[in-house]
Amino acid sequence: MNARPGRGRVVAPLLIVAASLAGLAGVLAIAGYDPVLALGALWRGSLGSFDAFASGTLVRATPLILIALGFALALRGGMLNIGAEGQFLAGAMAAAWLGVHLAGWPSLLAIPATWVVAFAAGLIWVVVPVVLRVRYGVLEVISTLLLNFVAEALVSFMVQGPLQERSGIYPQSDPIADAARLPLLPGTRLHLGIVLAILLAAALWFYFSRTLGGFRLLAVGTGPRAAAITGRIDVTRTAALALLVSGGIAGLAGAAEVGGVAYALYPNLSPGYGFTAIAVALLARLHPGAIIVTGVLFGALETGAGAMQRDAGIPAVIVYVVEAVIILALLLADARRTARSPAVAGAA
Amino acid sequence: MIPPALQLRNIHKRYGSTTALAGAALAVEWGETHALLGENGAGKSTLLRIAGGLERADGGPIEVGGGRAVIRSPRDARRLGIGMVHQHPTSIPSLTVAENIALTAGWRVQPREIRGRVLELSGALGLPIDPDSYAGRLPIALKQRLEILKALAARARILLLDEPTAVLAPLEAEELLRVLTGFAGVGNAVVIVTHKLREALSAASRVTVLRHGAVTLVGNSDTETPDSVSRAMLGGAGRPEPSATRSDARTSEPPAIRLQALDVARDGRYGIALRGAALSVLPGEIVGIAAVEGAGQRELMRAVAGLIEPLRGVLEVRQPVAFVPEDRTTEGLILPLSLAENMVLGMGEQAPGVAGALVSWKAASAATADLIARFGMTAAGPEAQAGTLSGGNQQKLVLARALARNPKVIVAENPTRGLDVAAAAEVHRRLREAAAGGTAVLFHSSDLDELLALSDRLVVASGGVLREPERRDRDLVGRMMIGAA
Repeated sequence: MNARPGRGRVVAPLLIVAASLAGLAGVLAIAGYDPVLALGALWRGSLGSFDAFASGTLVRATPLILIALGFALALRGGMLNIGAEGQFLAGAMAAAWLGVHLAGWPSLLAIPATWVVAFAAGLIWVVVPVVLRVRYGVLEVISTLLLNFVAEALVSFMVQGPLQERSGIYPQSDPIADAARLPLLPGTRLHLGIVLAILLAAALWFYFSRTLGGFRLLAVGTGPRAAAITGRIDVTRTAALALLVSGGIAGLAGAAEVGGVAYALYPNLSPGYGFTAIAVALLARLHPGAIIVTGVLFGALETGAGAMQRDAGIPAVIVYVVEAVIILALLLADARRTARSPAVAGAA
Repeated sequence: MIPPALQLRNIHKRYGSTTALAGAALAVEWGETHALLGENGAGKSTLLRIAGGLERADGGPIEVGGGRAVIRSPRDARRLGIGMVHQHPTSIPSLTVAENIALTAGWRVQPREIRGRVLELSGALGLPIDPDSYAGRLPIALKQRLEILKALAARARILLLDEPTAVLAPLEAEELLRVLTGFAGVGNAVVIVTHKLREALSAASRVTVLRHGAVTLVGNSDTETPDSVSRAMLGGAGRPEPSATRSDARTSEPPAIRLQALDVARDGRYGIALRGAALSVLPGEIVGIAAVEGAGQRELMRAVAGLIEPLRGVLEVRQPVAFVPEDRTTEGLILPLSLAENMVLGMGEQAPGVAGALVSWKAASAATADLIARFGMTAAGPEAQAGTLSGGNQQKLVLARALARNPKVIVAENPTRGLDVAAAAEVHRRLREAAAGGTAVLFHSSDLDELLALSDRLVVASGGVLREPERRDRDLVGRMMIGAA
């Protein structure tokens, strides 16, 4: 894994994606399905029409892009945030809780309010891992991951307890107030969240490539000792802040999902966004602009999978296999490149 | 005639477009200690690594004990009786000395048994070590001793050592070289890569000198002179004379560094490293600190550089301070980042191209390209990764960056560690130049010759106490360093 954003390393990922899709077609053919029909359905269901693209692919891509941006921010500082799933749910809980109480508010206030509480909730969800890491050296990989299960359990508890809908029958919350719902692009299900995702990507791109703070974060992630001694950077604080904000961004994704798609809190709100987003960020080599592209790609794959299941009778989970193959191939390509570069120490 | 212990002939090795070795050769007889000399980038480490199985030559036969040998991996080398001792320790820090040795030698891990075998081995070789210490907690000299024991426990008869004395105090180095020549003397073979001429000529029986990947001299150490060897290393230029020490100290000005009754805690551990230290350095003065590892010099340097908060006492340092850390590869530079990025890392808000919170990488690159040219660095350009530079060029980068801020004070730890004669002379010249311009220089070196050559004034740190020797005398300073005077 490389904390360094891409520089002219775009070709390999594209090749890998193309090869993986070709591999998928091959596997389908061997398994006795019609690959042309299958891939055709995949295409129609994701990118083939404006409606599929806007109401399906882009809606699915929105949380992936947001979470991936947060993941990239943390990893740039050397922190591996595997707990976006939990932070997403924390944000969703906060947004739903506030959202149901906002009837009568103007949208202009209600929506930012849900975003703020969701950001805070996601951030708070990482406070424990940050404290454990800073004070006791507990690896954030483990603590953030474990808190995912806590978040899932908490959502289950909330929708059967404090946040359960009024009738008390269904394990879900009341629908959020209209004022807290994100505006849609007319004629589609595409909501304001995509704008938020693109603006955040632009902001992070600027931060990473044009600011001293963004560079120092990279220094902390790639050479913490030199960053502390030569760069005089407070390494612990910088990395901790990056992880906290990364959690906040995942929380924001939760708010966008509740406010733009679900309109309520219920279990299984996330079909593994927090994990797929890691793949999105890595495939984009942590570059914010590229994350939009890979986010849309994975959004298309997962949306198209539904169509493939309907039209060609192929289990939708097959696309998760494709995603996994893409990531493994990418890691392999990285490992090979590292192995091939000339030994730095060997020249002396 | 007995065939040589180790013979490499006409060895070639390329890394991409750079040629590391172009027909290099090395022949080591049984019973001999052989010194392999050369500038940084001359290919001496590469040649050693090929013999040790860490690199593969592009071409050229290797013979061990007269038989053709194929060395594809360190394991192959070990099977042929070749043991390699690296410059940086390769032991597992969380295992004990005995466990580390057992692991390398392939012994059955039975705590009591391996303990006994380690004690036996270290006693027989005259390399005492506590088998129960954790490898990670050993001082650097013992870490290295552990590396040697590991190689010997694996029944090595040909021992290859990369810069073994770079980290040692003069007396420790002599001791180690005595043990190594003793080991070679009983029918084994030792190869030492080094850049210290004196040491090579006194400890080794034969020397091979490499330059640009090819052999320029093979000779007996009793017939070669420092002059002939350095001419072979540098290609006719001869050894750059250490320029006559002429102090630029500005006695009329107040000191740039002043400490009084300063106590500093041990870096990263409990305890006091420096006790009641008093020292002042004038603008333009170069003060060298002589010390063995762990004598408090590290904490002194880092306190003056502003990296460690002292416990108590007076510490006045004129700003800005530039710091040249001991380990340029982990503390001074971030190797995967570009030269321009490393410039910005070290200079922060003062870096060219940085305005407030914003960075213009174009401007930073342009300024870095300028520095590359002015310091005569060999680098592909400001966008090249720092890790692709040779050690000497990396140190030039660190120094160029430090000097670019026009510091009032430079603090340097072992500024020429691992550098060859020419690169070291260049570093000295730059430091002297800075001093002539009114910068106060405080440096530490584990090389006594360097201290004597570069410093206007010498201070010895021993057991956390600073003392100034009465005379600039090698023996006196050496004895003071180990607390014997």
